[in-house]
Amino acid sequence: MTVLTTRAAGRSRRRTSTLRGTTPPKVFLSHLGLIALGITMFYPLAWMLGASFRADSRINDPGLWPGDAFTLSGYATGLAGLSGVPFWRFIANSLLVSVLCVAANLLACSITAYAFARIDFRFKRIWFAVMLGTLMLPHHVLLIPQYMLFRAAEWNNTYLPFVVPKLLATDAFFVFLLVQFFRAIPRDIDEAAQVDGCGHFRIFTRIILPLSKPALATTAIFTFIYSWNDFFTPLLYLTDTRLYTVPLALRAFIDTTSGSAFGALFAMSVLSLLPVLGVFIAFQKLLVEGIATTGLKG
Amino acid sequence: MVTDAITRPVTRQATPGHRPRRRAGRRNNIAGYLFMTPWLLGFAVIVGGPMLVSLYLSFTDYSLLGSPEWIGWDNYVQMFTTDDRFFASLAVTVTYLVVSVPLVQVSALALATILNRGLRGLVIYRTVFYIPSLIGGSVAIAILWRFVFAGDGLLNGLLSVVGVSTSTSWIGTPDSALYTLVVLNVWQFGAAMIIYLAGLRQVPAELYEAATIDGAGTVRRFRSVTLPMLSPVILFNVLMNMVGAFQAFNSAYIISNGTGGPADSTLFYTLYLYQRGFVDFDMGYACALGWILLVVVGLAALTLFRLSRRLVFYGEES
Repeated sequence: MTVLTTRAAGRSRRRTSTLRGTTPPKVFLSHLGLIALGITMFYPLAWMLGASFRADSRINDPGLWPGDAFTLSGYATGLAGLSGVPFWRFIANSLLVSVLCVAANLLACSITAYAFARIDFRFKRIWFAVMLGTLMLPHHVLLIPQYMLFRAAEWNNTYLPFVVPKLLATDAFFVFLLVQFFRAIPRDIDEAAQVDGCGHFRIFTRIILPLSKPALATTAIFTFIYSWNDFFTPLLYLTDTRLYTVPLALRAFIDTTSGSAFGALFAMSVLSLLPVLGVFIAFQKLLVEGIATTGLKG
Repeated sequence: MVTDAITRPVTRQATPGHRPRRRAGRRNNIAGYLFMTPWLLGFAVIVGGPMLVSLYLSFTDYSLLGSPEWIGWDNYVQMFTTDDRFFASLAVTVTYLVVSVPLVQVSALALATILNRGLRGLVIYRTVFYIPSLIGGSVAIAILWRFVFAGDGLLNGLLSVVGVSTSTSWIGTPDSALYTLVVLNVWQFGAAMIIYLAGLRQVPAELYEAATIDGAGTVRRFRSVTLPMLSPVILFNVLMNMVGAFQAFNSAYIISNGTGGPADSTLFYTLYLYQRGFVDFDMGYACALGWILLVVVGLAALTLFRLSRRLVFYGEES
């Protein structure tokens, strides 16, 4: 709701500001500069895409188009994977981990956020302050005890170290995001429901959750992208090649292909970026508004 | 208990509605803590507990095998007296932060200001500039960066096209290696830019109009209207960017193959911590490094908040 109004206001304001004093040559120059910047920023990406279709002998060519060096062997070599495990397996693993993380985060963060936003329980303010404190806590302080804990539980070479922390709502950023969103929902709605005899659980599931789809979508999309890109957790906990997620597989690829098969390395890098870009393009509007309203860093 | 027994009947008489409210309060307490159970468990087991354990371990010698051996302040003493790599890694992270955070923020704010002037194609520009932020932390992009800045890489290839022939490996040279990572961070200015764009839209147009009527030019309007109105957003962005920069790890790990080289020039603090913990299995020392990081981040955040108290404008009444 608020997003819509600010957008409308922004639009009308923009119109007035265009009328006020921005001259055509200035506009033209701005576009020129912005386009040049955009091309510069995207050039390396386009180059990698081109290079992934190029023969290894011509890989360092700064041009974008593969031309007569075109080959699919990079993709063929890359998809063959690592020590007998095909690359698709790593993609499937990454998808599984990311989807589990999304589900865990949605469930746990929304439950916690409801308590913070809607229930008046004892010491709530203290817990809320603690939660905000964990937002800025450098993760590396917890690293070794967490590692000891998960190892003692024999969770290495499982996906539990990825998912269980999320099931326990330790992703404070999303708790905070959802609290902010829930607080903006008018209280009259749930007070009316309360009069009708609804308890907190039903207010949460029947009223708050359905009204919070944008915030939940933002949480889901960002959790997906973070989990997909996560390199550190698999680096610590996965040693079995068959369980590798894509980032760890790419890193292992660097070692096995050093000095050769750059095409394969690029090809798999390109493949690894596609799901993130796909999710971004599919949910672009939601995402940009999500970042704008919550201040998320990508 | 005694005071409870004395006051209860009195208050009950004084306020007839008190009892049901108290019952509702109890019900809320139960419901609240039921809903809070996952988070409380997580806080105890995944965050708070490990924090205390980490503090304890930082005073021990522990290699993961066997049991931790209490050595008092030895880890910290060693860190500050004989460990050159500790200072080197701290310097790398601080340099990275001090150079890249202002660059990211200035680029983001500049671009947001330009885009906010009502140019056509805002949505496209916004998308294009934002995409790097989504993928910039990934291993794939770190791999790309290795190739862009390698001796026979893309940058030198482009330079030779314009007639500058060099085979310097930018990531292989200690003087420039860290700056390739700064470039990578600046490349991701889009996330901050989007937050600035949202902030700029909240600035009332009347303020600009009033300033224009008073004869303020573009620069003056930016300094006297945009900057103060945007200062809470700037604080937020700088804080998040800073906390992120302190924890940078992935790209440095991939680009230097986990070594932090050449000559420790990309030995980020977190990378050093990782090496001590998971390569040398010096877990106690790694925990001590973690606590120093916590203190440094805390002090940096505190300094920022102190500064912001004078510089950030939260509206008329406050």
